[in-house]
Amino acid sequence: MVSGFPLLSGVDLELRAASLTVLVGANGAGKTSLLRLLAGLIGLRAGEGTVLGIDLATGERRQLRRHVGWLGHDGSFYDDLSVKENLTFAARALERPLTDLDAVLERVGLTARGETPAKQLSAGQRRRLGLAWLLLRRPQLWLLDEPYASLDDEGRDFFDALLGEVVARGATVVVSAHDPLRSALLRPTTLTMAGGRIVGASS
Amino acid sequence: MIRVALLVAGKDLRIERRSRVLLWQVVPFGVMALLLCGLALGPTQAGHSSAAPGLFYVVVVLVALLMINRSHGVEATPGTAASIATLGLDPGGVFLGKALALAVELWLTGIVLLGGCVVVLHTGLQGTLEAIPSVLVILGAIAGAGTLYGALTTGGSGAATLLPVLSLPAFAPLLIAGERSFHSALHGGSLLQWWVISLVALAGYLAVGILLYGVLEES
Repeated sequence: MVSGFPLLSGVDLELRAASLTVLVGANGAGKTSLLRLLAGLIGLRAGEGTVLGIDLATGERRQLRRHVGWLGHDGSFYDDLSVKENLTFAARALERPLTDLDAVLERVGLTARGETPAKQLSAGQRRRLGLAWLLLRRPQLWLLDEPYASLDDEGRDFFDALLGEVVARGATVVVSAHDPLRSALLRPTTLTMAGGRIVGASS
Repeated sequence: MIRVALLVAGKDLRIERRSRVLLWQVVPFGVMALLLCGLALGPTQAGHSSAAPGLFYVVVVLVALLMINRSHGVEATPGTAASIATLGLDPGGVFLGKALALAVELWLTGIVLLGGCVVVLHTGLQGTLEAIPSVLVILGAIAGAGTLYGALTTGGSGAATLLPVLSLPAFAPLLIAGERSFHSALHGGSLLQWWVISLVALAGYLAVGILLYGVLEES
């Protein structure tokens, strides 16, 4: 709720495991709010919702968040830390071995940028750092808020390939975007949002 | 909780080391404020030493407010806040870690400002050195209270105004105890009662912070 108005209303959504769903809609359509609800970052005021077996209304949202990976369009890390320092912090927080770090950096193509402060990365490299953070975490549910914004074609292709991989490995991915995905590789379910509602669906 | 606290403190101090905000902005601001206090007292040295403890803590509060805003500002970007929230870190550990990092930064700044007191406000070197232990405890308590109130105001509109308004009542007993213990160290007098107040305040703010930080984060 913001100033008495519900952010989302009449949303009826069921996500299959190991699937890719794209939320499309204009600014203010409710895409980010729906992602934040799925991540357990905001509470459910009315209605029912279960994510990864956890009820969104009962206040166990902190437990849910541990199984969710979030990538925001405005960066998801500490700007003053280097790429490696950001990932080391995440790995230590999650008690993951630091030996995974180099492989993850190589996978996202940031090996040469390991010592670069995050604030000096380009938009595409920042997205790759966000992806590295998620690859390190290996969450069950990936929630990506406008990950394609300001990416060039190479960046979009890289993102598509990686999302295809993680879905094939069994993760569930929800992406918000202004437009439907153009990739021929991915076959997502596309949900159109407007005014905090889902107004259309296509597979 | 301790593991998370050390992790978060290490991260905050590393950010500080990289950004150099403390070195290039906060410490110079504190030294300038102390210098202005000295100038305001006039050219004669009489009375400088008596006013020094109070002026020292006024400057400490000003630099602490800057540091608290900075400490919470690095977490305030919506994407970063969401990502960190999904790490599922123990909130008590996060509070302790942020308070520890803030305390270390305040201790370093406090030592520089004490040196400034000797030079600018003519406090005796021996008395100033004797005041250091109580200053460290008071600054630790300010770090604890400041971290708690920083979490309360971060992200809200007018946070820069709200933080001093909300936190000054919490800082007041610390500033009184600090000023009195510094004054006793300089001019003689019992330090015991001020030590007790300082240590109780430190323990109290840390306990409340560990218990409530998670609730503040959620809200």
